[in-house]
Amino acid sequence: MSILVYIEKDQRRIKNSSLEAVSYAAALGEITGDKVQVVSLGEAVEGEAELLGKAGAAGVYQVTDDRLNAGVIQAHVEVVAQVFDKVKGKTLVLAKSSLGDAVAARLAVRLDAGMATNVVGLPDLTEGFVVKRSIFTGKAFVETAIHTENKILAIKKNIQPVKTDGSAAPVENVAIDLPGETFSAKITGTEKATGEVLLPEADIVVSGGRGLNGPENWGLIEDLADALGAARGCSKPVSDLGWRPHHEHVGQTGVKVAPSLYLAVAISGAIQHLAGVNASRYMVVINKDPEAPFFKVADYGIVGDAFEVVPKLTEAINALK
Amino acid sequence: MKILVCITHVPDTTSKIKFTDNNTQFDKTGVQFIIGPYDDYALARAVELKEQGGGSITVLNVGESDTEPTLRKALAIGADEAVRINAFPRDAAFVAGEIARFAKEEAFDLILMGRESIDYNGGMVHGMVGELLGIPSVSPVMKLDIEGNTATISREIEGGKEFISVDLPFVAGCQEPIAEWKIPNMRGIMSARSKPLKAVDPETSGSQTETKKYELPPAKGAVKLVDTVEELVDLLKNEAKIL
Repeated sequence: MSILVYIEKDQRRIKNSSLEAVSYAAALGEITGDKVQVVSLGEAVEGEAELLGKAGAAGVYQVTDDRLNAGVIQAHVEVVAQVFDKVKGKTLVLAKSSLGDAVAARLAVRLDAGMATNVVGLPDLTEGFVVKRSIFTGKAFVETAIHTENKILAIKKNIQPVKTDGSAAPVENVAIDLPGETFSAKITGTEKATGEVLLPEADIVVSGGRGLNGPENWGLIEDLADALGAARGCSKPVSDLGWRPHHEHVGQTGVKVAPSLYLAVAISGAIQHLAGVNASRYMVVINKDPEAPFFKVADYGIVGDAFEVVPKLTEAINALK
Repeated sequence: MKILVCITHVPDTTSKIKFTDNNTQFDKTGVQFIIGPYDDYALARAVELKEQGGGSITVLNVGESDTEPTLRKALAIGADEAVRINAFPRDAAFVAGEIARFAKEEAFDLILMGRESIDYNGGMVHGMVGELLGIPSVSPVMKLDIEGNTATISREIEGGKEFISVDLPFVAGCQEPIAEWKIPNMRGIMSARSKPLKAVDPETSGSQTETKKYELPPAKGAVKLVDTVEELVDLLKNEAKIL
């Protein structure tokens, strides 16, 4: 029996959330006695076997097929289902993401597996298989029992530290025959910001709100984000006004983030915005309105004008280096 | 074109979440229920597609009778008929199974729903329905145009978007900015009263997962306000140990 982990790559690197998923599977394997296998689709990236092994993988099944470099949902489903069979999989673990969610949902049917998403901790196995997951967009948790033999766990970002003490995992190349219909939804192109820290992956996020008055002032956010090595986000009004692209919109109907540090600049903190950030470990607010609701949930705050405070903060952070 | 839009009946985004019965039941007291915001986008796009190319919109919810006002609202927004599968939505697999069973008999060209419900945030039902029906599923969809038998989609990925071309029929999990939310007008509200809303019995009996117990996150301590960036950097460095 095995735990299989579905990993994703971005800009020729294994995503950190995927390494968290491998580490989670390794911790689960220690309880259940199952070995952790990884299925890696598309072009292998440098040092992959070593990195996955360190995170706790006992083996890597590499399915190299150039058509899989892109996230073709049904083709990924086919590959993972076949490898799951091959390794006598019992549990599939993956990091929650735009692609992971889409692939895992189909696999739940395919593998007849009960699935839990936004999982925030290891299962309790004393009575069945019970996992805790985040619901109501971070406003509550629920303990869910999964009754099926096969299980799928999509884990939330930042709930499992990446393990680095494992040894390199052997890689087995697997050829999988992919029926033409698995490519019936064709990816015709992508448009992606390169060289940036991905928002859902980021350990630090700096977000700006309408209080910045216009897109021309976004240099403030960019400079601070660059100083911190952070990803950039924004509030819904900012994305609705077209000041920033939709993929930077953080909140209930945008991207949900769970970084170690969330820094909100000139964002009042509407409940819908807070729903997307409430899983952050620390929240810092800079706002000139002391009554801004964000101050009620933040850890640290400065009441002040962003145009004065942010450049000073950027300078102070750069001075630390 | 025959479109199916699946909607959830969920607490308003500003709701305060509480539980009762020793944290085993969601407390509905004082909670306003709405069409799931993502489902609302799906419905709005369906109405636009119908305006452009004709056809019909069926709106479906898996839920008990208390969800009927939510279905009526969808009729007021522009759906032609509503179907309620009369069952408590036990889990994603149960809901997807019921939707797929209904959809199989009706041969829809397009099945739309939100990318996820805002109560359980599972985001699984569209993919499950696609797999059960053996048709493609795409999510989260930010743009959807249809010409002839082919759809052009833009799907959100981390840090950008991806463009997809797919033939009908397929399932899409939708999100903004696929369309602007539509507010029902008086004519819509009046006509919704006479549009068909039927309840049908479920066929599935089991579910794969079970809710054991709810929990609220621990209360946050008070914010520490500081006057200077130096004090803030000090806290981030020495207390939070992040810098």
